[in-house]
Amino acid sequence: MPFIPHTEEEVRQMLDAIGANSIDDLFDEIPSELRSFSLDRIPDGLPEMEVAQLMHERARKDSNVHCFIGAGAYDHHIPSAVWEIATRGEFYSAYTPYQAEASQGTLQLLYEYQSMMAALMAMDVSNASLYDGASALGEAILMAIRAHRKSKSKKILVPRSLHPAYRAAANTIVKNQNIELIDIPFDETTGKTSLTALNEYAGTDITALVIGQPNFFGVLDDVDELTRWAEENNAMIIAVVNPLAMSILKPPGQWGNNGADIACGEGQPLGIPLSSGGPYFGFMCATQKIVRQMPGRIIGRTVDLDGKQGFSLTLQAREQHIRRSKATSNICTNQGLMVTAATIHMSLLGAEGLARAAAASHDKHRKLVSGLSAIPGVEVKFNTPVFNETVIRLPKKSSEVLESLAADNILAGFDLADDYPELGDALLVCSTEKQSDQSIDLFIEKLEKIC
Amino acid sequence: MLIFEQSSKGRRAHAQSPATRASLDDLPSELLRDTPPLMPEVSEMQAVRHYTRLSQKNFSIDTHFYPLGSCTMKYNPRACNSLAMLPGLVDRHPYAPESHSQGFLSCMHDLQEILKEVTGMKAVSLAPMAGAQGEFAGVAMIKAYHDSRDDTARNEIIVPDAAHGTNPASAVMCGYKIKEIPTRDDGDIDVDALKQALGPQTAGIMLTNPSTVGVFERRIQEIAALVHEAGGLLYYDGANLNAILGKVRPGDMGFDVIHMNLHKTFSTPHGGGGPGAGPVGVSKRLEPFLPIPMVDHDGTAYRFVSADDRPQSIGRLSAFAGNAGILLRAYIYARLLGREGMTRVAEYSTLNANYMLKKMQAAGFEAAYPERRATHEFIITLRKEARELGVTAMDFAKRLLDYGVHAPTTYFPLLVPECFLIEPTETESIDALDSFIEAMIKIREEAETEADMVKGAPYTLPVRRLDDVKAARELDITWSPDS
Amino acid sequence: MSYIPSDLLFTSSHEWIRDEGDDTVTIGITDHAQELLGDLVFIELPEVGDTIESGGEAGVVESVKAASDVFSPVSGEVIEVNEDLVDSPELVNEQAYDNGWIYKIKLADPAELDGLLNAEAYTEVVEADEH
Repeated sequence: MPFIPHTEEEVRQMLDAIGANSIDDLFDEIPSELRSFSLDRIPDGLPEMEVAQLMHERARKDSNVHCFIGAGAYDHHIPSAVWEIATRGEFYSAYTPYQAEASQGTLQLLYEYQSMMAALMAMDVSNASLYDGASALGEAILMAIRAHRKSKSKKILVPRSLHPAYRAAANTIVKNQNIELIDIPFDETTGKTSLTALNEYAGTDITALVIGQPNFFGVLDDVDELTRWAEENNAMIIAVVNPLAMSILKPPGQWGNNGADIACGEGQPLGIPLSSGGPYFGFMCATQKIVRQMPGRIIGRTVDLDGKQGFSLTLQAREQHIRRSKATSNICTNQGLMVTAATIHMSLLGAEGLARAAAASHDKHRKLVSGLSAIPGVEVKFNTPVFNETVIRLPKKSSEVLESLAADNILAGFDLADDYPELGDALLVCSTEKQSDQSIDLFIEKLEKIC
Repeated sequence: MLIFEQSSKGRRAHAQSPATRASLDDLPSELLRDTPPLMPEVSEMQAVRHYTRLSQKNFSIDTHFYPLGSCTMKYNPRACNSLAMLPGLVDRHPYAPESHSQGFLSCMHDLQEILKEVTGMKAVSLAPMAGAQGEFAGVAMIKAYHDSRDDTARNEIIVPDAAHGTNPASAVMCGYKIKEIPTRDDGDIDVDALKQALGPQTAGIMLTNPSTVGVFERRIQEIAALVHEAGGLLYYDGANLNAILGKVRPGDMGFDVIHMNLHKTFSTPHGGGGPGAGPVGVSKRLEPFLPIPMVDHDGTAYRFVSADDRPQSIGRLSAFAGNAGILLRAYIYARLLGREGMTRVAEYSTLNANYMLKKMQAAGFEAAYPERRATHEFIITLRKEARELGVTAMDFAKRLLDYGVHAPTTYFPLLVPECFLIEPTETESIDALDSFIEAMIKIREEAETEADMVKGAPYTLPVRRLDDVKAARELDITWSPDS
Repeated sequence: MSYIPSDLLFTSSHEWIRDEGDDTVTIGITDHAQELLGDLVFIELPEVGDTIESGGEAGVVESVKAASDVFSPVSGEVIEVNEDLVDSPELVNEQAYDNGWIYKIKLADPAELDGLLNAEAYTEVVEADEH
């Protein structure tokens, strides 16, 4: 019996102690009509060897591709030590650190994580993570509404150049609470948020402005200008950023005159493998002033009875298990395992290592784009600096191009046709520092043949 | 010592970054960072040593018996991790085309089917990333259902007073008001109170079965009929699915929507606080509202079901496909267990819990519901010990740590004073259970003769009891060099 | 048994009210309430100038194990809040009826005071609670 240690003798012994004749007796409080069914459609159990064969076969089917897709998930180098340590049983199979004395490993690590994220974002405080970047945005919006005491409108300005899945997920979270997400268009030439469009709301009651950096198109926006607009209009500023890019770009805490109020986004680029989109982790940082409105777990440093330094969960009274229906959020989990990996990753790379990885991604990407744009008929859509992704326009239907290239195992990019039909036949192509020159050359060669 | 305190300026893990820093001169200088962030500056060896040593300060399933009620701390098979991280799976991009994703998609589809079958529901979405998100999705679907029928007067969700905090929190996030009903002394909910609470304003009820007090809700079929008659729907919180897996199915009990906690029942890693996975299952009438994405098989190949296929879906909950890597681990676990293995989960977790209950009662500890069978968990109340010896459940919990056992869940559910909610799970042997009981007996003896010693526990861990008040009053949640 | 001053008025949700005689009242939470909550770590104060209805939320008192709403027993305008509680929330534990006061209201309808509990009636509430 896999994973069940009981011998027949032990079962007998235990039933005797209970005073029952069989294990079935233990279910006698359950109406018998609820207990009859068969599970025919569930396969029999398999020994580990056979499950391994099955999984190897399935993994093989999806292997050996050249991937040029970004769109919110990025393939960066992850040191081997990161996952070797993160999957140690003491981290992997530990529970939430409610008994602090028995969880000082996890708690100290989370405190270090909070400190690193706050430093990376140049903000005062961080929580111990949320589910992912998209839901973090949803939570940030709820937080801004709670924290902004003077605004009553519950109107949030969201650039259309923000990841479409983030806008959709945020909408799912907020739609039953009378909150209005208002689309702000982007400039067709630059790909940046249109200040003209923004100015239509100048002088009105806006609770928050969301600013992405880079935005979904990879474009670097005028974050100082946008932040100052929000400051002048008494709106809170929610930054949605790529944390790796923040090692080389101006971080949200330094935007505009006073910096962003809340910074959030997807932590995946910090040591988390692509893994079909999850598990990742959402990060959230904020100013000291609004720390009590921050959802999710927070770890604090304190002392024990002997005056020795220790760490524990703090500000728990805001959370669901105490505040229940009035909680800051229903969230219970943080992405403990992912944050463990990210913290080890950030420690291994340090500020300089992160900056080199970011710069190398940018550099590799320039090489890719310069090669692609040299192909007749292929052009770069926006005339603006980017981080590591670019929108390119194609001379043929984007879905056809993707299919042709996929036949050569080249996953050429993210098709923008569904979400941004106004861009025409356009792909969002990405490359990180991990892309090999051979891969890039192959992509360029094959695309040229098609165009 | 913190990792920051071991830093030395200029120290780096040189093997982990490119040899040079590429130029950024094509980027506008006003967009660039002018001062580097304050991060650790340590060597690779220092980082490895630091985090390895931190790990050794933790209790974990791999190192300690961890009978946390309602958390299902069962063994996490190592194969689930290594096979989920195979190349091809671990590096698959979420937006890889279906033509190159049949391996991954087949695992997701199979998992959907397995979860449907074992819970007796008609359709499953794997999208929610945790139990609380599953609850949110479930309640949002209830709302979408009533809205689609223009039944908009229904603005209340009924919740037992013993419910987990995420239940009312999730309902409020969907715009509902909460109506609480009491639990009786025998552990079942008060059906008379339920009848009073039901009406045209009832959107639904959120229940766990077995309930949070560790007993089976015996009148569940009657409760289901009452709620349905009043026009409401039933939501099942799957936190305690381990007690009935393969033995009873929520679909058969009359539930319209359920969420499962894969990090409990399907043994995916607790990871120091997450990630979880909270798939939802529904009856036929709620199928159109399921969150996307889901996976379908069109006769030839596996494909994603998207927003266009499901115009009435409550929408997407995450950027991609939920916690895919966790779903893979759950799938691998389900294949290792198989049909018989799942039924054995319920049987042996229930055997272990009932054995512990009887032995603890025999040792003189007070069960909260002595007339009831334990399910996969049970509650002991230490109110007598608290009153007579001045030693509380918290004190017992801390002293258990010195005996090498992680304490059970304390002070939940809120309605049993000084309680321990104990869940051994099916993967623990009789030796582990007996050791726990012996430790409890010893601690009670200690409480009788040296109460102050017990109140000062733990003594053998990296820290003693921590000052939580100081932590909240003098908030120190970010390190700085002058701290 | 917690301390219950005889010259104050009370609510069953454990707020105390002192009638200052000039159509204003001072409000705090009782000794019993602070005992239940434990060491307070943070007090969310209402804002001066806020208008509150009787039964409405006036703030939150937060301890390590609970966060409780403070309800206003009367309607009116908040004219003063106890700023000392920002740095020293423990004043509510140590001096619930004196320096632990939370806020002051200018009454919209002085007759609302008639609906409040006197010390005797509140004593019964506490006894029932402690049972």
